Amino acid sequence: MNFRLGEFHAFSGGGRRFLYTVPSAGIFELDDTSAAVLARLSQGEATQEELLAAADAETIGELYQARIIATTEAFVDPPQPLPDNFPLQTMVMNLTNQCNLSCQYCYEFGEDKVATPEGKPKFMDFETASASVDYLFTQSAGRHGVHITFFGGETLMNFPLLKKVVDYAKQKAADQGRAIDFSLTTNATLLTPAIIEYLSANEIGVTVSMDGDKASHDKFRVFANGKGSYDIIEPRVRELIKEHKTRPIVARVTMTSQAMDVLGTYRHLKNDLGFHEIGFAPVTTSPNRLYSIDNRGLDSVLDQFGVLASEYLDHALRGEHHGFSNVSDTLAELHQGVNKSHPCGAALGLVGVGPSGDIAPCHRFVDSDTHTLGHVSTGIDKAKQNDFLSRGHIQVKTDCRTCFARPLCAGGCHHEAYVRYGDTGHPNLHYCDWIRGWTNICLEIYGAIAAQNPDFLRHFSDRKAAA
Amino acid sequence: MKHLRAVNHKARRIQEHIENDVVAMQGPPTPAGQRPHVPMGCSIVFSPGWEVDSSGGTAGLCQPVERDLYDCYISCYWPAQVPDHMNNYPDWTAKCAAATKDWRNIDLVFP
Ligand code: SF4
Ligand code: SF4
Repeated sequence: MNFRLGEFHAFSGGGRRFLYTVPSAGIFELDDTSAAVLARLSQGEATQEELLAAADAETIGELYQARIIATTEAFVDPPQPLPDNFPLQTMVMNLTNQCNLSCQYCYEFGEDKVATPEGKPKFMDFETASASVDYLFTQSAGRHGVHITFFGGETLMNFPLLKKVVDYAKQKAADQGRAIDFSLTTNATLLTPAIIEYLSANEIGVTVSMDGDKASHDKFRVFANGKGSYDIIEPRVRELIKEHKTRPIVARVTMTSQAMDVLGTYRHLKNDLGFHEIGFAPVTTSPNRLYSIDNRGLDSVLDQFGVLASEYLDHALRGEHHGFSNVSDTLAELHQGVNKSHPCGAALGLVGVGPSGDIAPCHRFVDSDTHTLGHVSTGIDKAKQNDFLSRGHIQVKTDCRTCFARPLCAGGCHHEAYVRYGDTGHPNLHYCDWIRGWTNICLEIYGAIAAQNPDFLRHFSDRKAAA
Repeated sequence: MKHLRAVNHKARRIQEHIENDVVAMQGPPTPAGQRPHVPMGCSIVFSPGWEVDSSGGTAGLCQPVERDLYDCYISCYWPAQVPDHMNNYPDWTAKCAAATKDWRNIDLVFP
């Protein structure tokens, strides 16, 4: 019986040596003895006697128990069945599928849309909304807190319904002695002082879709007549950030081939406008669209992410907040050691509900006949849900089998996969280099914080990592 | 663990798992009522928890590995990788009162 290296990703941070164990997602720091064992095994397999020349039995035992080294006898993890019943935690409610902007890249209306809204209601009514809330509460039995995210279309085009839902859901939570919180995503065009006051008073978290300064933002985020929306939203966003005191205000940036200036965008949104956090995501598109980011573009984006990430690290070492949420989100997951069977909570702890009351795996699949899982009045069709979840399970994604990033990535967004490959369960192979590069950057930051300012990691202990 | 430092939550859970299992094997046995029922025997009777546990290690076995020794020595008719009690080596474990502590006293035999 020989020993060999187990599965892990080695990285360093703050001058120390760490391992990210895969797929368990543990992070361990090595000392000289354990590092010597790994150095020996990286030259090839070794017998126990040969290993004992490099280190004592105790070290070898520890490495073996933690599965950092393994024996050459093949061992296959038994497949894990899907949970029968996974309580809901989050419902994304599309209050309307109408929008007052016409962003060319939009996944709801753009060229790659999956939605088939023809003949369906354009605005959700209160009956459907209250049935959705009821559904959320019954299906989340056993959880104390639940969450509703309002979405669109443009969410604020149905603001009167939003207010009613908040009242109804709060009452329901109070009756059951449970907790509920709310957030919404908006393009900010319809914000008024009264709405802002309402959102702040009700502690509703706000994410603004915004792509950067005027030049970047107005490339795609335009009205139907082609006019950019920056000038309309800029004063509203400033007002929102100034007056909404109860929750952090987040900007969500969609990157395209024509807007890849991560650093400039971050500086503008953070320093000029004052957003608390800024998250970036590349546009979801089929590869032939003009705005799709090619590999060279992704490399440049990753470089810029790296610059912002090292700024984040400098802040963290001083114990200060930095608003680059792509880093903080990943660090939170690394800190917990999440090890995902599925890329996200879609169709597990999270569902999207369309204006008609149809249930979809998440907001991006809302109003798509192909992906409907059921209706709030009748519940989810288990067979459809199982089909969606079995396809999306990391164990069936053969391409991911040896990837060190799989505990976090798990193949990536189901919707992105559908747009690219026509199958929600296809791994998003066009992003792998990027995902692995990014995961490594975040691991190095995590390691450096763990070595030099471990107290900072406490911020992540209370934070909920994604389901 | 001395040569690995658990840094994130998951690593600490792995560490607890390893340490508790090892401690459990060295400590007093759990009262009978709280022990899960595990049939004894070897692969012939499909005993689980044999040789290696489901994670490929020995730490999580549902019985300590030393059990293996006695089951093969005393109760099994099958030629096993330990001396047999029935015919040739009736005193093989005479100096071993408690396997978890005294296993060093069990000597090699040369048939
Ligand atoms: S999609 Fe790519 S990066 Fe993600 S887990 Fe699979 S192989 Fe790794
Ligand atoms: S990652 Fe993709 S599939 Fe999952 S919730 Fe987000 S948009 Fe939906």
